[in-house]
Amino acid sequence: MIVLRDAWRYLTDPASWTGDGGMAELLLQQLLLTLTALGLAAALGLSVALWLGHLGRGGFLAINISNVGRAVPTFALLALLVVAEWPGTQAFGTYGRAGLATLIALTLFALPPIITHAYVAVREVPADVRESARGMGMTGWQQFWRAELPLALPLVVSGVRLALVQVWATATIAAMVAGPGLGRVITDGFYRSHYGQGIAGAVVVALVALGLEVAAAWAQRLVQPARGGRSSSHREDPLSVAATTVSAGADA
Amino acid sequence: MTLLGQDGPSCYSRLVNEWVCGDYVADRKQEIVDATVQHLGLTVAAVVLGLLIAFPLALLARRMPRIESTVLGVSTGIYTIPSLALFPLLVPFTGLTATTVVIGLALYALTILVRAFLEGLRSVSGEIREAAEGMGFGRGRLLFRVELPLALPVVMAGLRVATVSTVALTTVGSLVSYGGLGNLIKDGVSTNFRAELFTASVLCVVLAVVLDVVLVLGQRLMTPWTRRVRA
Repeated sequence: MIVLRDAWRYLTDPASWTGDGGMAELLLQQLLLTLTALGLAAALGLSVALWLGHLGRGGFLAINISNVGRAVPTFALLALLVVAEWPGTQAFGTYGRAGLATLIALTLFALPPIITHAYVAVREVPADVRESARGMGMTGWQQFWRAELPLALPLVVSGVRLALVQVWATATIAAMVAGPGLGRVITDGFYRSHYGQGIAGAVVVALVALGLEVAAAWAQRLVQPARGGRSSSHREDPLSVAATTVSAGADA
Repeated sequence: MTLLGQDGPSCYSRLVNEWVCGDYVADRKQEIVDATVQHLGLTVAAVVLGLLIAFPLALLARRMPRIESTVLGVSTGIYTIPSLALFPLLVPFTGLTATTVVIGLALYALTILVRAFLEGLRSVSGEIREAAEGMGFGRGRLLFRVELPLALPVVMAGLRVATVSTVALTTVGSLVSYGGLGNLIKDGVSTNFRAELFTASVLCVVLAVVLDVVLVLGQRLMTPWTRRVRA
């Protein structure tokens, strides 16, 4: 348990937070990376998946991209990108060493949950709602914007929320391949046998992860229509297997 | 091809450093096999441990709604913690051992499996349950003979997700030197050894696909009644 005391000492020492490569700087760097990658993936993934969902095409791809994403280890992809000629370890603006490689990997890993959830969300809009919208003389765009999207929104947001968790986790792993971010504190600690430091880094990473999740859950509640009582629906639970697989059978 | 002639460096020498290299696989066969076996062992141990904990937890949660929300909340919280941070948090208790990795991975698998059990059991219709009770089935027989078999498709979907993601996450165990193929990836990055890195990465994906196929086949064998219905 001596390591726990070391970890506490590292956490409470102002010197480990400030200065070049201090935890404050690394934390900001990782947050910036996470939000940039999530933004890129949401812009790219949502536009493709919502459009495909509206057309009802490409279901097989949209569903299976999640299975592929799960099977590829984040560590392996990061490693491959860093060791390759391009992007390699080159620094990228404020994102630090191996910034470009990290950003590419993070965006790629954020895409599957966003695409799958958004696609399923639009497909799950009841057919009679879609038909009524058409019957009212709405154009394709109006159908999507006024009928499909509002109903699909809760599940779409769950996908983005799951992607946020995924991106933060992957951004931490980036440090294992010389990337930027707080994971550096953990890997440095472990590779140099300063276990207290490694555990301190892990505590900070875990707390920020929980904070992000709570913030995301709160943001999700904002976009959800008010409803009474506890919902037994699986739609709002981003970790539910059924959320993306049960309805997948019909389209795939 | 090489400067030093036929006996010179093979495709994995520092001069060439090719991604795909048969010589590397041939020369380091034992190392690769050991890493793969370790990877498989860690994955299977973690998923089995996850299953063993998830099943009673799901039964308990189903009985008591208050426990259900606690279980789901806590497991979501654990799932949120990045793997690279979860392993260090376990180290003070279990040290730099394979146990640390197995427990960490089992916690992630658990999150998915508890939900799969709950959703699977919930998908069994009340009429079927009533019919079984009417036939004089007790609680235990109802669970094992009626509810679990009917819940199997959803449970297996969860098990597949949990297994495939565990295979990928095991690589992170290389932080405490028990990462199976992840150890080779880590070494490949630090020594800029492309063949090692690429081979280990591909093997990870292959392992995930193989285990997934095994589970699908297992499910088909266990649920013969679903085979004709869909077609």
